[in-house]
Amino acid sequence: MKCKTIISELADYLDEALDPGLRTQIEEHLGKCKDCRVVVDTCKQTIEIFCNSEPAPLPPATRTRLHEALAKRLRRVQA
Amino acid sequence: MSSSRVGPIVRRPLPSQVVKDDEPVLVAAAKAGDVSAFETLVGRYERKIFRLTQNITQNKEDAEDAMQEAFLKAFEHLQNFEGNSRFYTWLVRIAVNQALMKLRKRRPNVVSLDEDVDTGEDMVPRDVEDWGPSPADRYAQTELSGILGKVIGELDPPFRVVFQLRDIEELSTEETAEALGLTVPAVKSRLLRARLKLRQALNQYFRRGESQ
Repeated sequence: MKCKTIISELADYLDEALDPGLRTQIEEHLGKCKDCRVVVDTCKQTIEIFCNSEPAPLPPATRTRLHEALAKRLRRVQA
Repeated sequence: MSSSRVGPIVRRPLPSQVVKDDEPVLVAAAKAGDVSAFETLVGRYERKIFRLTQNITQNKEDAEDAMQEAFLKAFEHLQNFEGNSRFYTWLVRIAVNQALMKLRKRRPNVVSLDEDVDTGEDMVPRDVEDWGPSPADRYAQTELSGILGKVIGELDPPFRVVFQLRDIEELSTEETAEALGLTVPAVKSRLLRARLKLRQALNQYFRRGESQ
């Protein structure tokens, strides 16, 4: 298996969406190729950093404007 | 790293992702016209929806407008929510549409999402450097949010929208394809490209030895 194949299958590998045979071949390659292992690992860390990060609180002015706008328009919808 | 196996992606249950037991009750009350129940749902998801609209539009004013419109449309069309998916997943689809409308208005020449985009270039990873364990812990939360917002904003819209839905909002590949009017293979190829480009962009912040 070539490094290029690892990259093209990377997303499905990380999503655990590969058939077991291809998965085994990829892991055999990762056992021998440090560069591919680092790429796969840092790509996985990239996803984890994004999905495990809480969104910042809304700026107070933005939050005020949101709730004022909603209150005004929701009353109108209900009327 | 001695093992050849890279473990599965670890998604920690964040407080903002925990579906509280009262959600079906709140949705039912809001459906019956209870504004305060709906406002409780808004308070629960406003941060996440604002991050989503901001990541897509890359413009604070547009992000605010898109968020407001999304919540209002959700209230107006709540009768159409049948409970087949999480309320949040349904809300995300509305918010994405609002954000994309803003983006297209401000940048009419932006590549349309359903157009073929070249995913072949730049697929060879550069900067192959180990990050070590827990690289994000080297940054304070506010600083980390800034870094993540910056690097996702540098992605072209077709890639950042797919990444936002699949990896941040955790929609399935099929849900993402349906929400964006794309094929499943198109979602997969864009997601791969997005992940590789973000990895590349984050390398400068997280490579071993790098610190704030």
